[in-house]
Amino acid sequence: MKTQMTLAQQEFVVKQKKRKRLVCICRFLLLAVILAAWEGSAKLGLINDFIFSSPSRIILCFYGMVLDGSIFLHTGITILETLLSFLLVVLLGIAGAVLLWSSQTLSEILDPYLVMLNSLPKSALAPILIVWLGNNMRTIIVAAVSVAVFGSTLTLHNGFTSVDPDQIKLIYSLGGGRFDVLKKVLLPGSVPLIISNMKVNIGLCLVGVIIGEFLSAQAGLGYLIIYGSQVFKLDLVMMAIVILCILSAVLYQGIAILEKQKL
Amino acid sequence: MIPKLQVKDLSYSYHTMDGETEALSDISFEVSAGEFLAVVGPSGCGKSTLLSLICGLIKPDSGEVLLDGNPVLGAKAGIGYMLQKDHLFEWRTIFSNAALGLEIQKKLTDEGKKRVSGLLSAYGLESFADSRPSELSGGMRQRAALIRTLALQPDLLLLDEPFSALDYQTRLSVCDDISTIIRGRKKTAVLITHDLSEAVSVADRVLILTRRPGRVKGVLAMDFEDKSLSPLERRNCPEFSKYFNEVWRILEQPGGVL
Repeated sequence: MKTQMTLAQQEFVVKQKKRKRLVCICRFLLLAVILAAWEGSAKLGLINDFIFSSPSRIILCFYGMVLDGSIFLHTGITILETLLSFLLVVLLGIAGAVLLWSSQTLSEILDPYLVMLNSLPKSALAPILIVWLGNNMRTIIVAAVSVAVFGSTLTLHNGFTSVDPDQIKLIYSLGGGRFDVLKKVLLPGSVPLIISNMKVNIGLCLVGVIIGEFLSAQAGLGYLIIYGSQVFKLDLVMMAIVILCILSAVLYQGIAILEKQKL
Repeated sequence: MIPKLQVKDLSYSYHTMDGETEALSDISFEVSAGEFLAVVGPSGCGKSTLLSLICGLIKPDSGEVLLDGNPVLGAKAGIGYMLQKDHLFEWRTIFSNAALGLEIQKKLTDEGKKRVSGLLSAYGLESFADSRPSELSGGMRQRAALIRTLALQPDLLLLDEPFSALDYQTRLSVCDDISTIIRGRKKTAVLITHDLSEAVSVADRVLILTRRPGRVKGVLAMDFEDKSLSPLERRNCPEFSKYFNEVWRILEQPGGVL
């Protein structure tokens, strides 16, 4: 194969590789520039590093919390809550979509309510959830689930109803019933949709978990942010945000890898 | 002798909020065992509706469908249905696509599996048993779809424009291929098509429907001298254009049932 490559093809490949390398280098450069500018202006006194913190202060803060182990507790709690609520969203989303699909009448009855619940800012519900469910992890999970579950249900149900009616006719013509349609066509055919929906949901769950932790938590990254801002330890706040950035990227990539393996 | 399929005074209307659409009105015909009947008619004359009715997927407003003299109840009664597109599922291999009917009817026994493998090798798809549908050509996919239907050993095959999604050249050869297989297995078949030359080339008889609501406008026997001709060979016969013109003439006749 390699020896057969024409000159034009070689040129094209080289050009593409060059461009990719450039993108990669620029990404790191951009990060380095931002960090250097931040650190530099804090050191030079252009910004007040008590309020704006600085990369070195963040690292010190992180190091301190690694030593006493508390960072693992807080990050672990947030990850646990996110994964738990994500799992619930996926299961409830699929179950809800199947339920809506099973009865057109039911889906029409519930449609306006689901649309309303989906667009309602879920942070508005959080204070009520605390009163109802208490100051604990249950509230956080419910808050996170409520952020993602309605949209997930609607998206999946939409996917179910847009399946080619002839594929459904095929199942009936082979002597199958509604359950066969679900098992042989809808669910396997919706795997790509379910996974792309998961990508959205993992992010939404993280949002929900942080909202929940803001209001009712004794641990977690959201708790660190709120606590840090209350006692004016902005290093703590900034560090928690940085960890959140990394966490959300890792979780998203996790699903992306799953997607690649499945498809 | 009781005909394989009897369709008696079949009528059907669609209901929407905009009103009622009469799709079929007083359709009656018979198909004897081993016969190949083609149904032609202008588009929207309820051809596909007719197949859904015969198959028992929808209930007629009036009239009845008898298979071997017994009313058809639901889709399990030994009737195979081939749709316009092959609808092979990409998440299944060719083998498990072909075995889908058996799987649904919970008949995927060792014997059933053997039958599917037998059919796959009989029609040159054995080496593709573990392939995905996207790796097959249009013609091979349509064969796999036919095997999926044949695996249930139906007495009667309903073909709903099964070649119309293919490009013209593939279509001629796949049509030749599939109808030869069906004739070889001595299956009774009803083919719906809007392609008159396809109808004349494959069928023993051609049933012509009127514009909506579909009524039987005429039935024409295709008496080719040589009974063993394949569809492609039929196209070269002098009788071919005669029957083509005859079907065309009946189809074009204004109104009136013959």
